[in-house]
Amino acid sequence: MALPQRRTDIGPPHYRQFMPPVIDKNYGKWKYHEVLTPGTMVHVAESGDKLWTVRVASPRILSTATIREICDVAEKFCGGHLRFTTRNNVEFLVSDEKNLEPIKKDLTARGFKMGGIGYGITNVVHTQGWVHCHSAATDASGLVKSMMDELFPYFESKRLPNKLRLAVACCVNMCGAVHCSDIAIVAVHTKVPVVDDDKFKNMCELPTVIGACPTRAISPDPAKKSVKINPDKCMYCGNCFTVCPPISIKNPERDGVAIVVGGKINSLRSNPKFSKLVIPYISNEPPRWPKVVAAVKHIVEVYASHARKHERLGEWIERIGWERFFSLTGIDFTFQSIDDFTFMRDTMRTASTFKW
Amino acid sequence: MKKYNTPLIDQLEKGPWPSFVTEMKKAGKNNEMANDAVGHLEKCYTTKMGYWKHGGIVGVLGYGGGIIGRYSELGEEFPGVAHFHTVRLNQPSGFFYTSKALREICDIWDKYGSGLTNMHGSTGDIVLLGTKTDALETIFAEYSSRGWDLGGSGSDLRTPSCCVGPGRCEWSNYDTLDLVYNLTQEFQDELHRPMFSYKFKIKAAGCACDCVASIARSDFSIIGTWKGDILIDQKEVQNYAKKGMNIMSEIVGMCPTQCMSYDGKELKIDNAECSRCMHCISKMTKALRPSGERGATICMGSKAPIVVGSLLSWVIIPFIKLESPYTELKELIRKIWDWWDDNAKPRERIGEVIEMKGMRSFLEAIGVPPMPQQIKEPRKDPFMFYTEADITAYKAKEAEEKKTGKYRF
Repeated sequence: MALPQRRTDIGPPHYRQFMPPVIDKNYGKWKYHEVLTPGTMVHVAESGDKLWTVRVASPRILSTATIREICDVAEKFCGGHLRFTTRNNVEFLVSDEKNLEPIKKDLTARGFKMGGIGYGITNVVHTQGWVHCHSAATDASGLVKSMMDELFPYFESKRLPNKLRLAVACCVNMCGAVHCSDIAIVAVHTKVPVVDDDKFKNMCELPTVIGACPTRAISPDPAKKSVKINPDKCMYCGNCFTVCPPISIKNPERDGVAIVVGGKINSLRSNPKFSKLVIPYISNEPPRWPKVVAAVKHIVEVYASHARKHERLGEWIERIGWERFFSLTGIDFTFQSIDDFTFMRDTMRTASTFKW
Repeated sequence: MKKYNTPLIDQLEKGPWPSFVTEMKKAGKNNEMANDAVGHLEKCYTTKMGYWKHGGIVGVLGYGGGIIGRYSELGEEFPGVAHFHTVRLNQPSGFFYTSKALREICDIWDKYGSGLTNMHGSTGDIVLLGTKTDALETIFAEYSSRGWDLGGSGSDLRTPSCCVGPGRCEWSNYDTLDLVYNLTQEFQDELHRPMFSYKFKIKAAGCACDCVASIARSDFSIIGTWKGDILIDQKEVQNYAKKGMNIMSEIVGMCPTQCMSYDGKELKIDNAECSRCMHCISKMTKALRPSGERGATICMGSKAPIVVGSLLSWVIIPFIKLESPYTELKELIRKIWDWWDDNAKPRERIGEVIEMKGMRSFLEAIGVPPMPQQIKEPRKDPFMFYTEADITAYKAKEAEEKKTGKYRF
């Protein structure tokens, strides 16, 4: 069969054609919403019209078979209308209240998990990992699955002082921008990369490689037509590997993950914040990363039992102080938590007022 | 089809959270590529290492972005993933779909690809994971003839993305869905044909809740805001109190500017002192809502840590009105790209170039005056640049003061 005629630069389809009639009618005229359960909410328009949303978890990697099953549900109860959230959940858009209980029943029967709305833990923003990335120092999807199995009650029912956003990045490139999450896992290398000098001269550009290093650890090695890496300056970021494949940084026994906490992206009450490093290293332990899961769960539980209502993790820590965070969680404080990269002067304490 | 023994990743099929391994196996039932991806992943779990090579340059005719080449080092052992390229499809604004549209996407993908997807990628695209080089033109013809175009990749404008906006949210201060659609259409050339120093991301959030993480994840963050008062429905305030909300500690006490008061009957807001953080509005959505002039704050520069540390976006334009056809915003974006083009080295994001060249030179180039809303605090050091024009202006001001006998600081 002949191929259809290709078209270029048409852009995405117009969103309006995908909206259910109740949205089309009340577009831009929503008045308020209420969270009914961790998996359902209702939006009410100025006109009095209502739209119910049922949110379910997704592993983000979806087979076409599962997408079709999601379509089946949407056709049965939502006139075929659904959307995805920015954190990869699926939202069924229910226009008729009498479909609300039946869709929930149907989703439960099919094994979909409802939740993720409000003060709990919703889906995890993450990167490709071993599933599909050349740069991965761990598997993001496996970490997410292992953490969320353990934290699942916070998705489905159990509540926290505020929402808690998790993220996983499988290397410091952080395609998932984990740097502003309540708790994030970032995979790290811990060993100076090895340069394959023979391949270097054919595959890499000297100025690009030298320029890629944030700590100026790379210098030319004219004799070998390659580069040298100064082990005293290298912080194993892997940016040289990104621009030059013959610089190998993967190391199964030394690659691991670090945990950063206390970031947020909204401006509610306090400004957006970066996440800060509290656990510098845990070994990669696939398939279930038990120590990482235990560490995250522990931090969630200490936050849950100490923070005030509406305080995000980072706001709670700022109120009690980082020294108290370390004492309450019992996490060892190490040299890695003291910035010796670019921000030391902004992050050291400059007052004698702290807690014991 | 080869049957792989996968004891390690099988453990990730247990537990309540939906399993990506189950999804991969589902796709692998009828698809050689997905089946080999399952075996390939088990290998990674066994050795604790990845085997994907750096992306090669593959694409469709006339486009430089949208397809990411992916090859495995283990192509002989797992021929189904020897080529396993990604196709990025530009998602509709707000991730709204009909089942008909999704089925269409799936049908084509099953025919030519692995049957595996990401709904969605970090930037927002529909990510179709795993196909071969010789299928790319066919895939593009199938999708584009049905109204789906590719998204961005490489050193180009990445696919713009937004929150749900006026589609289903009462807080959106401008039409995020329309703006993102409009900008995406306007900048098709920049999206499909990489001509920048590096990537450029645009994200549009309707309010300071920033559900699309624009302040942390986009070079150009558009965050909705307003200039009028917060309207108060006192009856609804009372309803919140009756339902158990402690208005003093949960609302008034948590207001960052302390511009609210409550005497048990009436909630008051000193609107001039409000910084529009959205805490009170988001907790009392039935009682409080913004009013008056609507628009957005433009912030710029955020990115992940490579190369010299993460950045959050900086306030550049405190307030801009955003109404179709968004001429002022489009002109601004073009001016910004021109300056970036003139000043960036390869692989330098705009935030890094602004840091390198100085905020002043950037603001002057795009014609934005200095404003206290742009900064957290003024500089702490006395090492300043003075241009001749600056000094001439200060001298002129002093001459004026001598004439009028009144100081203007």
